[in-house]
Amino acid sequence: MNKSPSFLAVLAFGSLVAGSALRAEDIKVGEFAALTGGSASFGQSSHKGTALAFDELNAAGGVLGRKFKLITEDDQSAAGQPATIVRKLISQDKVICVLGEVRSSATIEAAPICQENKIPLISPAATNPKVTEVGDYISRVCFIDPFQGTVMSKFALGKGWKKIAVLTDVKQDYSVGLADFFTKGIVAGGGQIVKEQKYSTGDKDFKPQLTSIKATKPDAIFIPGYYAEVALIGKQARLLGIKVPLLGGDGWVGDSLLKVAGNSLDGSFFSCHFSAEDKSEAVQEFVKKYKAKYNETPDDMAALGYDSAEILADAIKRAGTTDGDKLKTAIADTKGFKGVTGVITLDAQRNASKPAVILSIGGGGFHFEAAVAP
Amino acid sequence: MADKLLELLQQIVNGLSQGAIYALIALGYTMVFGVLRFINFAHGDVYMLGAFVGFYLGPKALRLFSEGPSYPGAALVLLLAMALCAIIGIVIERLCYRPLRERPKLTVLITAIGVSLFLENAGQYVFGADPKSFPEVITDRALEIPESWGKISGLTITVSQVLVFGVTLFLMFGLSHIVRKTKLGMAMRALSFNPVAAQLMGINVDVVISFTFGLGSALAGAAGILTSIQQPSIDPLMGVNAGLKAFVAAVLGGIGNLQGAALGGLLIGLVEALVVGYVNPTYRDPIVFGVLILILLFKPTGLLGASEREKV
Repeated sequence: MNKSPSFLAVLAFGSLVAGSALRAEDIKVGEFAALTGGSASFGQSSHKGTALAFDELNAAGGVLGRKFKLITEDDQSAAGQPATIVRKLISQDKVICVLGEVRSSATIEAAPICQENKIPLISPAATNPKVTEVGDYISRVCFIDPFQGTVMSKFALGKGWKKIAVLTDVKQDYSVGLADFFTKGIVAGGGQIVKEQKYSTGDKDFKPQLTSIKATKPDAIFIPGYYAEVALIGKQARLLGIKVPLLGGDGWVGDSLLKVAGNSLDGSFFSCHFSAEDKSEAVQEFVKKYKAKYNETPDDMAALGYDSAEILADAIKRAGTTDGDKLKTAIADTKGFKGVTGVITLDAQRNASKPAVILSIGGGGFHFEAAVAP
Repeated sequence: MADKLLELLQQIVNGLSQGAIYALIALGYTMVFGVLRFINFAHGDVYMLGAFVGFYLGPKALRLFSEGPSYPGAALVLLLAMALCAIIGIVIERLCYRPLRERPKLTVLITAIGVSLFLENAGQYVFGADPKSFPEVITDRALEIPESWGKISGLTITVSQVLVFGVTLFLMFGLSHIVRKTKLGMAMRALSFNPVAAQLMGINVDVVISFTFGLGSALAGAAGILTSIQQPSIDPLMGVNAGLKAFVAAVLGGIGNLQGAALGGLLIGLVEALVVGYVNPTYRDPIVFGVLILILLFKPTGLLGASEREKV
């Protein structure tokens, strides 16, 4: 009688071994994404991009003669969830690498777990500098916040705008970081910051700040904030008779930006990761494939998700193995990789060094203006 | 030099138009305090609800007159928000404060904080936490100041600023008329002067208190619409900061005093604009709340509170 449980256990173990033996050929890649909840639109896009990349890789025969198996888990945009599901991906699904997330906060939560378990993590779009500071197993395919500040300073100087005012959101590290690097870039390039003004997330009245900026007669105003405040700033600036272009970063991208701002942001520019209007071959090819599969135009998150998967595949090819230690070194060695978001090289901190896209606003939409290299 | 003067004038205009909003909200705080001797902390959230009334009913109200923004439409939106907020205010008092009227004032005060948190969180649940774009009820633009006026023509005064200031003044005079010249107003003042004696004289306390809440909430609703015309982005937590600032304004002016609330609101708006423009925007809130602490320390009755405190 007491033999049957162990007999069952042997049976169960046997079938487990058999099951894993059957799939030994597959390379299991974990993905955690905000498929539902507040950041779902970002999460869905990046997931679609990632899935498209693996479909293509598998169709082309995979790497090292093995195919990819993508295991995706939803973190519901909630705090606490990323840690739980990444643990599950590593300990139960035994993935060789984790891809995700688009939000810095979620990535920072998951990163120490990957580092501890020696499983490489590649984030498509977490731009906070702290993400890769967690450890050498953590890398990303997007540029970090401060880079956009540098890019916009180059762009402004290129346009001949020398006297520039800066309006920073002091409650956001993101905004302060961008403003800092923008200021350095302008000053180094022979320009001048004529006024530094500040506001806080949630403010609604910006007329006092804008009035003092207007008095300095700038050529342009750099506002590295988020869309909710930027929309009101744009509207109030135009009411106060400020006609110069406004400049910003990817925080401007948001549904309600143009709804609130109307046409008051026309003629303004902001930096971003990707534009489907970019005429380069790689981008147009990606847009075509993405449209064919999902019947919609890819956004920057989709492009970054795609690149994160492609960079992983490239690194596995170069490493010749899926062993965590060798793989992380191969990922960190990525140089001159031709992704859809530009030619990507990972720097010493495993942050992507690549061009940013600058978009202009006009006629109720965003338009591709230029790509600026680092 | 003239440029500096123009900038200063512009900051004063900015400050006064923001201060007018604070004044409207502060009136509600001060009226309730005058009658019931407690601070209705949910008042700022009634202001938020006013803005959302405009968000949901605004487009429908506008369609009654013409397709686009129009003044009659804007007036209707304003009246709708005032009426609905008055009802909300009366209901809040009836459900949450009246059952506790005989209890210590601290109990009611804590309940008011509870109501405030309830409205903020229910608002995030029902309306969603993301900022909404307020419908364009009037076309906001800068007024043309003739060149012949000299340097001053560089000053920017917008239609919405004039409207906010005008409507606020009108409502304040209306309120002052109600309180001074009508029977209900007299009852309010009597109640504020001595609740027991007022009751003995046959004043229906419940009616007067409901009326006070209705009136104060209507003003908050008006402020919600007026502020959203100037800053067309609204969210369920917009009442937190505005409510606190208005509370400071009411205390600054002398809580319980109507003129004081109006004066306090304008002063706070002015101080904010000048601090942002000339000192450092980061110090704006510390300075405003520092004013509250200083007033409470050195002149707890506020600027105008001492002589007329017993009046509503």
